[in-house]
Amino acid sequence: MMAWVVGFLMISGGIFCLIASVGMLRLPDTIIRMHAATKAGAFGGGLMFLALAAFYMDLSTILRSFAAILFLLLTAPVAAHLIGRAAYCTRVQLSERTQIDELANVCDWCEQQSACEPDPAFIEKPPEKSF
Amino acid sequence: MENTIITFCAEITLILLTLAIFFAFIRLCMGPDPADRIVALDLVSVLIVSYLAALSIYTGEKSFLDVAISYALIAFLGTVALARFRERLARRGPDGKYPPENGTAREDGK
Repeated sequence: MMAWVVGFLMISGGIFCLIASVGMLRLPDTIIRMHAATKAGAFGGGLMFLALAAFYMDLSTILRSFAAILFLLLTAPVAAHLIGRAAYCTRVQLSERTQIDELANVCDWCEQQSACEPDPAFIEKPPEKSF
Repeated sequence: MENTIITFCAEITLILLTLAIFFAFIRLCMGPDPADRIVALDLVSVLIVSYLAALSIYTGEKSFLDVAISYALIAFLGTVALARFRERLARRGPDGKYPPENGTAREDGK
């Protein structure tokens, strides 16, 4: 019975990892690709560690594999945030189907300053003096 | 019986993970931007961690779990270092000096 659980967890983890890397290959743009890599990849790794815990069934292995899952789930968003920030900073080419680029007018740390002049409608005006 | 099932599933999983690493490696080679390569490298390291976990089930060797955990630590540090490096390159001005003379980038950390 336990063998079926281990096999199911392992194969579904492998399928999620494969989905992550197919998304890596097929999706149109760096930031969308990061979406596939981070979420599906971390989930596949977590399923694999769950299979490991179910396979050995002793305390030290279960604790270590849960620590590994926790570490994967903690580090994946941090790494994704840093990479996304670096990619946006370097003005990576966005997909043609991008509809909204909300940071286009607020960044002051990108490479070409002329490309991101602040929109005058968004600049905060100083309060008028009443006296 | 149980051993046969687990060995069979582990073989299938190892094949799937090898394919996945191969696809991510294609993106690593042909990524148009350096950021694509960093993302692909991150995915490859996560896939290698899963591969080590599957290998631990396949061979019945517990110590692969420790290898997987320490590899995950090192791979995270590598990804963070590469991303910071890329971002610091972006903060330099077009003239390559840091801080840039014509004020195209904000001073670091302020």
